[in-house]
Parts: sequence; C-alpha cells; structure tokens
Amino acid sequence: MVDTAQTDERIKEISPLRKALIRPELGGIVGTIAVFVLFLLFASDSGMFASQGVLNWSLVSAQFMIIAVGACLLMIAGEFDLSVGSMIGFAGMMVAVFGVVLGWPMWLTILTTFAICMAIGALNGWIVVKTGLPSFIVTLAFLFILRGFTIFIPQTIERKTIIGGIRDAAEGDWLAPIFGGKIGQPLFQWLGDIGVIDVFERGSRAGQPVVDGVPMLIVWAIALVIFGHILLTKTRFGNWIFASGGDAEAARNSGVPVNRVKILMFVFTAFCATVFATCQVMEFGSAGADRGLLKEFEAIIAVVIGGALLTGGYGSVLGAALGALIFGVVQQGLFFAGVESSLFRVFLGIILLAAVILNTYIRRIITGER
Amino acid sequence: MNTRSTHEPIIRMQNIEKHFGSVIALAGVSIEVYPGECHCLLGDNGAGKSTFIKTMSGVHKPTNGEILFGGRPMNFESPRDAMDAGIATVHQHLAMIPLMSVSRNFFMGNEPVKKVLGFNLFDHDYANKITMEEMRKMGINLRGPDQAVGTLSGGERQTVAIARAVHFGAKVLILDEPTSALGVRQTANVLATIDKVRKQDIAVVFITHNVRHAMAVGDRFTVLNRGQTLGTAQRGQITPEELQDMMAGGQEMVALEGSLGGTV
Repeated sequence: MVDTAQTDERIKEISPLRKALIRPELGGIVGTIAVFVLFLLFASDSGMFASQGVLNWSLVSAQFMIIAVGACLLMIAGEFDLSVGSMIGFAGMMVAVFGVVLGWPMWLTILTTFAICMAIGALNGWIVVKTGLPSFIVTLAFLFILRGFTIFIPQTIERKTIIGGIRDAAEGDWLAPIFGGKIGQPLFQWLGDIGVIDVFERGSRAGQPVVDGVPMLIVWAIALVIFGHILLTKTRFGNWIFASGGDAEAARNSGVPVNRVKILMFVFTAFCATVFATCQVMEFGSAGADRGLLKEFEAIIAVVIGGALLTGGYGSVLGAALGALIFGVVQQGLFFAGVESSLFRVFLGIILLAAVILNTYIRRIITGER
Repeated sequence: MNTRSTHEPIIRMQNIEKHFGSVIALAGVSIEVYPGECHCLLGDNGAGKSTFIKTMSGVHKPTNGEILFGGRPMNFESPRDAMDAGIATVHQHLAMIPLMSVSRNFFMGNEPVKKVLGFNLFDHDYANKITMEEMRKMGINLRGPDQAVGTLSGGERQTVAIARAVHFGAKVLILDEPTSALGVRQTANVLATIDKVRKQDIAVVFITHNVRHAMAVGDRFTVLNRGQTLGTAQRGQITPEELQDMMAGGQEMVALEGSLGGTV
C-alpha cells in the first residue's frame, strides 16, 4: 500500500474487517449464506441438493442472472428498463415468427431477432437521452408497446398466442445449440459412472446420468456475469458507467460521453433479454405471448439485493448475480421444502426491504454522510 | 518568473458579445490572461460571469468577438476542444462524483489503460499511485486512493478537481466560484491551492463575487457589470471598497452600506 508521508490526526484508522465489509456485495453475500443455511437445514432431505435439484435451482437462478447483469449495468449508469419482460416475450415471438412461420434458417432468425431487439434498446436509450425524460416513463411505454405487438403479431398471422415447432426448426442449425444446447456431457457421464451423480436405473436412458450436461443458459449466465464484472470494474468504460450514473453533468464536464454510455447500456440490456428469450424458446420449443411477464421487476429486485443504488452510480455485477442466485434458490427451495409457493412473494418483499435498508447503511458509511 | 508583462497572453478575448435571442448577456467584454497570473473575474449575480466563462471554455460560441489562444484565433466547437487545447474548468458543484473513489474521479474521462491479454484494462495501480502523489503535493492526506469523494470536505473536493486539471496539462484553469460555499478554513486551503497552481506558470481565471477572496490571491482584477467590463486593474492599484462599488454598479451600494452601518 501507499505509505502516506504525514498522517492526519483526524483520520481514524479503519479496521480491515470493517473495510472488507463496506462493499456493495455485502448484502448479497450475507443473503446467499443465510438462504443456503436455511435450506440445508430445512430441505436437505428433499432432493434440493441432489444433482437434479441443483440443476433445477441453478437454471432458475441463471435466468435471473442473465437479465440482472443487463439491469445492473444500466442501473449503475443511472437508468431503468421496465421493458425487459416485454422484450423477452417479443424476442421469443420474433424467433417463432421468423423461424417457424416464415421458415427462415434458425441462424438468420436468431441474428435478425438480436438486431431488432438491440435496435429497440437503442431507441429506448436514444429517446431517454434526447428528451431527458425519466427512463421509467419511456420504458414503461415500451413495456406496453412491445407486449401489445407480442400478442398482436401471432394472433394476426396464426390466430393463436403460442407458436410452437421451434425445436424442429432449430434441428441441425449451427447457431441454435449456442442457446439451446448443453456442454460437458462426457464429464457428466464420467461423474455418473463413478457415482457422484445419480444415473437412470431403467428405461431407454438407463445408465445415463440424470443430469447429462450444463445447459447453455447457465453458461450464458456465467459468461455474462464475468463480462459485466470485468467491464464495470476493470475498464475505462466501466468508470464511465459509474460516472454517468453518479452525476451525468459532472461526467460530461470531465469529457465522458454520457449519452453514448447510456444508450449502449440500453442496448446491452436488450441483448441480455434476447439471450434469455432465445434460450427459453429453444428449451420450451415454443414462444408464448405472455412470456417474461414481471421479469423487469425481478431483475431490478435482484440488482438491488446485490447492492446497487436505485439512483445510479453505485453497484456491483457480482452482487446482482448473488441477488439472482438468492432469488432462484428461494423460489425453488420453497417448492422443495413443501412450503406454499405464494409465500415466495412474502419472502421476496421482506428480503428486498432488508437489502435496501442494509445497502443504504453501507452507502452512508462509504460516502461519510450522516 | 515575474516577467509577466513581457509575456504574450495565453488567452485574449476581444469584444466578446453573446446574445440569447433578444437578451444581450455579454455586450463586448475583453480580457487578457497571462501565464502564471491569477486573474480575478468579479461580478454580481447576473453580471454575465457564467456566460463569459462558458464562452471561454467552449460551451457557448460568441455571437461577436474574437478569442485568441496562444496568439492564434480559436474556434471551439465543444468543451472537449477547449479541454484538449488546455482550458480546464472547475465547477462549483459539478466537479466530483461523491460515490466514486478519489482515484476514479481523478482519472474520470482520462483513464489510464494497460494491456492485459490483448484487452485494454483500467490501470488502477498507476491511477492510485498518481492520485496519492498529486494529492500529497496539494497538501491533502488521503486515507487511501479508494476513499470515496463523498467523505472529503468541500474544499478538499475543489482541490482534487484543481489537482486533476493541473495533472492533465491545463494551461488555463477556470475556477467557477470555488470558494462560495466553503467555510473560512476550507477557503484558505483553496486559495493556497490557487497560489500553488499559479507558481507552475498556469493562468488561473478565478471567478468570484467575494472581494476579500479575490484580493487574497489576485494579480489582476476585471469587473463585469451588466454584460460589460468595467476595466482591469492591477493589484495595488485598487482598494477592496472600489472593487465592491464597481461590482454593485456604484451608487446603490453606497446607499445600502450607509443603512447597514458599513458591514457589507
């Protein structure tokens, strides 16, 4: 560490423990430990921590993580996107319309969907930046606009709100497995053979492990978390994200291209929503007009549990990932523990409140406010 | 060092006019600023100080008039142009981001990068080292470079902003009312910082409406009133009372001062 030549008698020493505690992820770390301890105590014999159970809550957590990373970076840059949920429904429907109804090759379908959705994200950002309106309002408008199209388009061309047949359309495509495939099958086969994970005992898949690979959804989640974390903490652009959300005017005065940063974060959020949607339609084989409902709030809650400030300028991608993990573990854990699933919402409200209170306290310590 | 009079001015603004629609904010303002001097720009609220410094720093384009920078006519299209030319502005409130660390603030917009595995990453070690060094030079002892700016006092924040501008090669440093929200002790610190900067041959333009702060560090004084210059005075040629009167437009102030018993 840097050795200060003179010391100031008014600066109190901060203990390393306290210093380690003062970080945005604290709430997420505490919450994660609490949640795991709780379910290990009350649901350990329910199969929640057997291989299939782990896969189950990992998948749910990974879904939350994918959209939480986008929402996190956008929130730190000082904006919200309430259209994430509608974007998920819309993107899934685009895949179905291009790939099934129009019969385009799946790779072209996926690339076109990404292009359209990211363009809509850019439009969101552009309107927010140019009009100076709160992103809350602008993206609320898009929540309705996109949801409306998601219902209107399949009803008009197919007279239904669910379009299936995506799995067949994706058969043999080179890009589709990036979203719907699995990796690590040999490893899981080996783990099954040596008895670490269970294997099917009879039926056509006898001898195969019950979990035969890591779904790409989880790979995407981990990759996005790592990318987001490095982008935020280790690059120039990350500093611009913090600055844009901390005080846009001060950032502009220092030469930070605030508008560009914000628009790019809207595009990135749309990208994450599209990854979510593409993985989902590949898994389900169909696109539904009601997909992604309320996902924008779940993403925002995960981000806030992870220590980000709703007002921008402060937060952590790792924290958001932990928030998403808590989310997934609790949602599925209550199911394994045999608790009435409606109580999940009660729990969610309580943990959100606790996280916000803890985070406000941490922020006060950091900025020295009283 | 004190060959100021023979120097070329680093920046010369001639007959600057700025109209906003039907409002004439500046009606022909001229000043010259020399390297190594602290040029105080005084004026009451609404005198045109802000418009004038925004013109100098590239935010506004003058309606009429000429800006010569280092002897050559300059046309700044944006604040970025002015910044690149070496004109740095430190704003009263909008200088620092409280939630970010001192070192992140210090390098905001000018982050140093190093290559790691082919990627350009923010060089935190370098940024932290430079920040601590520069802060120590200005007489501020940080707990660490990761200390949030929010924990610093108002005067310290101004000092960080000034140190940042100097580190990034400012030739002209515009300080927009740096002392107006500060206590006595903090003001003294900022004024001392201004003195340190001036000694590095940087031209300081110090905007204030506090005559005492101006007299404490100023080499020359220009008073703005209702969009016009009332002339530039050398240190020693003018008394604080005269400056105060010029800022207020003379007469009204005298009447007021009488009724307040000379306390203003």
